[in-house]
Amino acid sequence: MSLVEIAAEEAARLHAGRVLKVHVRVGRLSGVVPEALAFAFDAASAGGALDGAELVIEDVPASIYCDICDATRELPSVQHLRCPVCDAPALQVTAGRELQISALEVDDHVAAHR
Amino acid sequence: MSPRIVEVRRDILKKNDLLARELRDGFAAAGVFVASMVSSPGAGKTALLEETLRRLRPSRRVAALVGDLATERDAERLARAGAPVRQISTGTVCHLDAEMIKGALDGWTLDDLDMLFIENVGNLVCPASYDLGEDLRVVLMSVTEGEDKPLKYPTIFNTADVAIITKIDMAGPARFDAGAARHNIREVRPGIEILELSTFTGDGFDAWLQLIASRADAR
Repeated sequence: MSLVEIAAEEAARLHAGRVLKVHVRVGRLSGVVPEALAFAFDAASAGGALDGAELVIEDVPASIYCDICDATRELPSVQHLRCPVCDAPALQVTAGRELQISALEVDDHVAAHR
Repeated sequence: MSPRIVEVRRDILKKNDLLARELRDGFAAAGVFVASMVSSPGAGKTALLEETLRRLRPSRRVAALVGDLATERDAERLARAGAPVRQISTGTVCHLDAEMIKGALDGWTLDDLDMLFIENVGNLVCPASYDLGEDLRVVLMSVTEGEDKPLKYPTIFNTADVAIITKIDMAGPARFDAGAARHNIREVRPGIEILELSTFTGDGFDAWLQLIASRADAR
C-alpha cells in the first residue's frame, strides 16, 4: 500500500474535504531519498483524491543509544555510526528509520477530489 | 475557516512489516532458515547462491527465490544446482517485498525445506526498506566496487546481518584495500560479521557455509 493510497484512505475515513498537504516523516536511515519521494508523490497523486496536494517532508536525523554514555545521541552523519561524544560504535539505532504519514492538512469547505 | 490539521501517524510500510512478520512466524513454525542476499547488480549474488545450493544440497533441503526485473536467466542458472527455484519477475519494481515472497511460496510445503535463500533485485537502495521475513540479511560487495561503497549506501549495510566481500581473488588487479573496506562497513554497521571469499576459486567459501549452518542450527 502506497503513501498516496494510505493518505487517501485516511482522508476518506476522516470525511475530510480537499487534502491540501500531506506531512511525512522520513528518517535518514529509512532508505528513502526525500527528493525522489517528492517527485514520485506529484506523479502518483495527480488525478486522484490527493490531486494538487503538497508533500511536506520532515527530515528525521538518526539517533543512537550509547551504552558507554548511557545517553541517546543524535548522529551528525549516517556514514559514521559512532557516538558523537565518546566515539564508541553505535549498536542501537533509536530513530532514523521512520517512514510515516504524520498528518494531513485538509480544507473541509472545498469538496474532496474523487 | 482555516484548514484543519489532523494527526495521522501511519507507517507507510506497515502492511509490508506485518506480512513479513507473518512470513517469519510461518518459517519458524516450519523450521525453515531464511537468508536474503542484497547487493548492486553484478556483485556475484547468483554465482554465490548457485555454489551455495550445490554445496549444501547433499545435507540440507534447500530452495531459492530469485528476484529480477525481467528474464528467468538467474532461476535457470540456480536450477542447475538441482534445488527447487522460483523466479520472481518484478517488472518495473526495483526490489522484492513480503507480498511477492508470499506469492512465490504458493504451492510449496515449507515443512519440506530446511533452508530458503532469497536473492533480491540488484539494487543497494530500495531493498533496504522492505522486510521479507528473513532470519539473515546478507549484503555483498565485490572488490571492483570500491572500498567506499558502504559509506555511499549506509542504510543497506546498516540493515544487514552479515557482509560478504566477493571476488576476493581479483583484489590485486582491482587494487582493492580490504582493510579500508572492512573499516567502512563497520563504520555504518558496527559489529557486523564480515567474510571475504571467491566463488570461483573457493577461497573463503567454507567459512560462509559454516556461518550459514551455525546460524540455521542456532534457531
